[in-house]
Amino acid sequence: MPTSRDTLTGSRIREKRIVAGLKQSELARRANISPSYLNLIEHNRRRIGGKLLIDLAQALQVEPVTLTEGAETALLANLREAATDGDLPESELSRIEEFAGRFPGWARLLADNRRRVESLQRSVEALTDRLTHDPHLAASLHEMLSTVTAIRSAASILAEPGQIEPEWQRRFNRNIYEDSARLADSSRTLAQYLEKADSDATETNAPQDEVDAVLLRAGFHLPALEGPGASVDAAMEELGAGLSQSARWLLQRALVRYADDARAMPLGQCAEAIAQTGSDPLALALRLDVDVARAMRRLAHLPDDMLDAPVGLAICDGSGVTTYRKPLPEFPLPRLGAGCALWPLYRALTRPMMVLFELVQQSSRTGARHRAIAVSQPVQPARLGQDALFESHMLIVPERGADTQEAVRPVGLTCRICPHPGCEARREPSILIASNTHRF
Amino acid sequence: MNKQVLLVEDEPNIIEAISFILSRDGWVVKTHSNGADAVSAVLDRKPDVLILDAMLPGKSGYDILRELRADPATRKLPVLMLTARGQVKDREIAERAGCDAFMSKPFSNADMLETVRSLASK
Repeated sequence: MPTSRDTLTGSRIREKRIVAGLKQSELARRANISPSYLNLIEHNRRRIGGKLLIDLAQALQVEPVTLTEGAETALLANLREAATDGDLPESELSRIEEFAGRFPGWARLLADNRRRVESLQRSVEALTDRLTHDPHLAASLHEMLSTVTAIRSAASILAEPGQIEPEWQRRFNRNIYEDSARLADSSRTLAQYLEKADSDATETNAPQDEVDAVLLRAGFHLPALEGPGASVDAAMEELGAGLSQSARWLLQRALVRYADDARAMPLGQCAEAIAQTGSDPLALALRLDVDVARAMRRLAHLPDDMLDAPVGLAICDGSGVTTYRKPLPEFPLPRLGAGCALWPLYRALTRPMMVLFELVQQSSRTGARHRAIAVSQPVQPARLGQDALFESHMLIVPERGADTQEAVRPVGLTCRICPHPGCEARREPSILIASNTHRF
Repeated sequence: MNKQVLLVEDEPNIIEAISFILSRDGWVVKTHSNGADAVSAVLDRKPDVLILDAMLPGKSGYDILRELRADPATRKLPVLMLTARGQVKDREIAERAGCDAFMSKPFSNADMLETVRSLASK
C-alpha cells in the first residue's frame, strides 16, 4: 500500500508539468519514458522513485523533494477529520487520498471550510463560556458594581439637603474616598485582563488575523524575499500552508509588495543608509530615491539588529480599515477594529502626500513616547478622469529621549479601554469611566 | 414599636449606607454578612423585612431564599433581593426562588427606601 506521500507524487508531477507549460509527451520524451507510462504516473497509478524521479525532476527543473513532499499531509489529515465529523462510511474514507489527488482544488476548499467552521465554533464556545463561566470576569464585575453601589449610596446621603452629623459626614466621605480608590484599581485590573485576553487569543476569525499571525511568527523579516534568489512562490509555500483561501490571497499580496520593496531597497543599501540616517523614513527615502511609504514598510521589515530599536507599522486603506499591523510592546495596535482616531495614521488621510511627524503617548500603557510618522499616498498611478484611492502608513519609532520640549500628543489604543473622558474623538464609551463628563 | 429589617450583605460600606438610610427612616436595622448561617440569623431575629444580597460568602442568596420559602416560619417573609447582575435571566431566577422585590446594583437610596416601605405594608 503506498503511503500518502507516495500517493500524491504523480499529482505533483502533473501540476509542475502544467505550470511549466509542457505537454505530457514532451515531458515523457525528456525523461525517456513512454507518454502512456507518464500518464499512469501522473494519475497516481504507478509509484516512482530513484532514477526516474530524479529524471522527471530534472526535466521539470525542480528539486526531486518538491515532487515527493508537500502540504498534502496536513490536507489529508484535515480531510480525514472532515470525513469523521460527517460520518462518512469506511468505503469513502479509504478514498480520501484519491480524492485529494484527483481534485486538489476541491479538496483544499473542503479542508479550508472545515477548518473555518471549527474555528468559528471554537470562537462561539469561547465567547459563550467567557460570558457565563469566566469566574474572574464575573467576580471583577460584581466587585465593581458593589463598589459603585456603595459610592452612590454614600454620595446621595451627603448630597441630600439638610444637615448630617459631622461624624457620619466624615465616615461617608472616608467611605467614598476608599471606594473610589478600590474602583480605580478594580477597573484597571479588569481592563488589563480584557486586553490580555484579546492579545492572548490564539483563535483567529478573519483572514487578516491569519496573515498578521503568520507575519508575527516570522518576525516580519522574510529572508526568502531578500536578494537575487527571492521567490514569492517559495515564501508562499513556506508561510501559506494551512491558511484559508482568503488569507492566502492577502498573504500573496503582502509578499509581492514585500519583494518589490526589497528589490527597490536591497538590504546592503539599507544598512549603509541607516548607519547614516537612523530610522528616519524621510531621510531613507531621499537617499534611496523611493517614496516615503515604501521606506516605512522597508524599515518595518528589516532585521531587528539593523536598527537601534524595532519599529512598528500600521497601514490602513481609505475607509480606515487596518490592512497591516506590526505592533510594538509599548505601542500595541488593536487586533480587531480601528485604533484611536487621533493617531496620525487616520489624520494623514485628510491631508494626502503630507508627512505628519508627531510625538505621541499612548495613555493606557506605560507612558512610553513614540515618534509617529504618517503619510497618505495614492495606491495607483494617476488615471484620466478617475479619483485616486489612498492608503495611509504610520511608522512607530520608540522615542528614547525623555527630555524634550516638543509637545506630546496623548492618544489612546481603542476607545473601549481609553480613560480620556473629554476626548472629542471618542466613538464609544470606555469601561474605565462611568460617564464622559470629566475632563483631563 | 419600630419595624425591624435584616440586611444580609457582605460589603461593609453598602451595609453602612443602607443602615443609615433605613435607621433615619425609623427602622431597626440588623446586619449579617455571611451566607452560610444567614438562615439561622433570620430565624433568630425574625425581621419584618429581609434585604438579601444574591452573592454572599458561604451560600448564595438564591439558596438562602429557597430554604426560607421551604420553612413555614419564613414562607411569607417579605424579601428584597439585591444583585450586581440585572439581566432578565437573573430576575427570573430570583422570582422563581421566591423573592418579593428585586433590585440590581447600583440602586438609588430613594428606590431602596420606597421598596422596603412597600414590602413592610403588604
